[in-house]
Amino acid sequence: MKPQAFDYARPESAEEAVSLLAEAGDDARILAGGQSLMAVLNLRLAQPSVLIDVSRVPDLNYVKNDGKHLAVGAAATQGNVEWRPELAREVPLLAQAFPHISHFQIRNRGTVCGSIAHADPSAELPLALLALGGQVVLRSRHGRRVVDADDFFQGMLMTARAGDELVEEVRYPLARSDERYAFEEFSGRHGDFAVCAVAAVVAPDGIRLAVGGVSDRPRLQHFGQLAGADLDGAINDFAWELGAKDDHHASAKFRRQLVRHLGRTAIERARAQEST
Amino acid sequence: MKTYHKDQPIRIALTLNGQQRSAVCEPRTLLSDFLRHDLGATGTHVGCEHGVCGACTVRIDGVAQRACMTLAVQVEDRAVDTVEGLNRDVNQPGHDRLSDLQEAFRRNHALQCGFCTAGILMSCADYLERKSDPNELEVREMLSGHLCRCTGYTNIVKAVLETAAARNGRPVGATPLEDKPGHAGVGAAEETKLVNA
Repeated sequence: MKPQAFDYARPESAEEAVSLLAEAGDDARILAGGQSLMAVLNLRLAQPSVLIDVSRVPDLNYVKNDGKHLAVGAAATQGNVEWRPELAREVPLLAQAFPHISHFQIRNRGTVCGSIAHADPSAELPLALLALGGQVVLRSRHGRRVVDADDFFQGMLMTARAGDELVEEVRYPLARSDERYAFEEFSGRHGDFAVCAVAAVVAPDGIRLAVGGVSDRPRLQHFGQLAGADLDGAINDFAWELGAKDDHHASAKFRRQLVRHLGRTAIERARAQEST
Repeated sequence: MKTYHKDQPIRIALTLNGQQRSAVCEPRTLLSDFLRHDLGATGTHVGCEHGVCGACTVRIDGVAQRACMTLAVQVEDRAVDTVEGLNRDVNQPGHDRLSDLQEAFRRNHALQCGFCTAGILMSCADYLERKSDPNELEVREMLSGHLCRCTGYTNIVKAVLETAAARNGRPVGATPLEDKPGHAGVGAAEETKLVNA
């Protein structure tokens, strides 16, 4: 199918983009990589009146290591991040997650900020952002605000972003020498949406386990340094708290089993890693 | 800033396979339709129109991407390469024949009906320029973005590995798909990953 007709605007700066967004109102959509939005438009699940294309805005096209975070601008593609030679040292969790994110050809065009703004509950980039305690920079005509990942994701495709705000930048915290990271996912076929994906961060003061694909948004749980049956019990409690539902991809029961299995696997794999 | 009204016919100029081309379309026209209907470049095929099948994959500024999930206006003044231009270097003798990648596909019977092939070739062309000597697992991960209902993929994987081997100076047929641990074959650990993938 083909998209319904829309007006198209291609701003040349982030400032132009946010002032356009403020003028156009709720019927406008930001187009970056379009790897979710264009499919939705082709299927006519959305019919915006204006598309604001930020994919060629030079001041939004960056991936930079600022010493604390890997900061990714709204026009930078997932491929721009994935093919960084330093990524496995900078943000090892992301390096592990990328092969699970759709396909090479989609990552070549899809943006990191777009995936965060779209907030699909089974998407890997929001999950990794939540697990690492990252931040989202929102910009409107009135200025910027920085929102923690924990506050940003609010439900199925729902975020803290207001209608006149652009997801200008996403900040993934850099690896810490005292933390270990592991990512695990189960999907029907390679590159499909995750039935369940988990990200584990093992730190000296405890374990953080984030789960995607089960609840209406990625969810994070802190555990102490548990092991054995205590850890299994804690993961099981978490699996039940996620409110898994039956759908045509998997039953709730199977999803809870995946949380238990992948959660345990990820934590053990993270613990087994050598210190850097 | 460029703005186009939804009903406004717009002339889009781009570099298609090294040649300056332009045609008129609407803001909502998909690149896949623009190439086929407005520029007459029907080598690029259209399958699912939501990014799943990979048939419409082209290179935009060298990078393999879905033409069905890109608007024609988004490639204004950019370089687009399609299967028609795979062997377009007219300075090379034999520019009217198949490229080494296409030749490997032919030799290995890596296509049957050919509907998916144009997209797969464009993905492989980009990928092998970035990663000159991938292993089988990596090739399969890259090919996961393409649906082929004829071949079962085995011969496509062979063709890609063979192209890479030849470009790296190894004789054709020497390394691909050997069932033993090592560089070009699939080791035990990777086999497990492939099964899980």
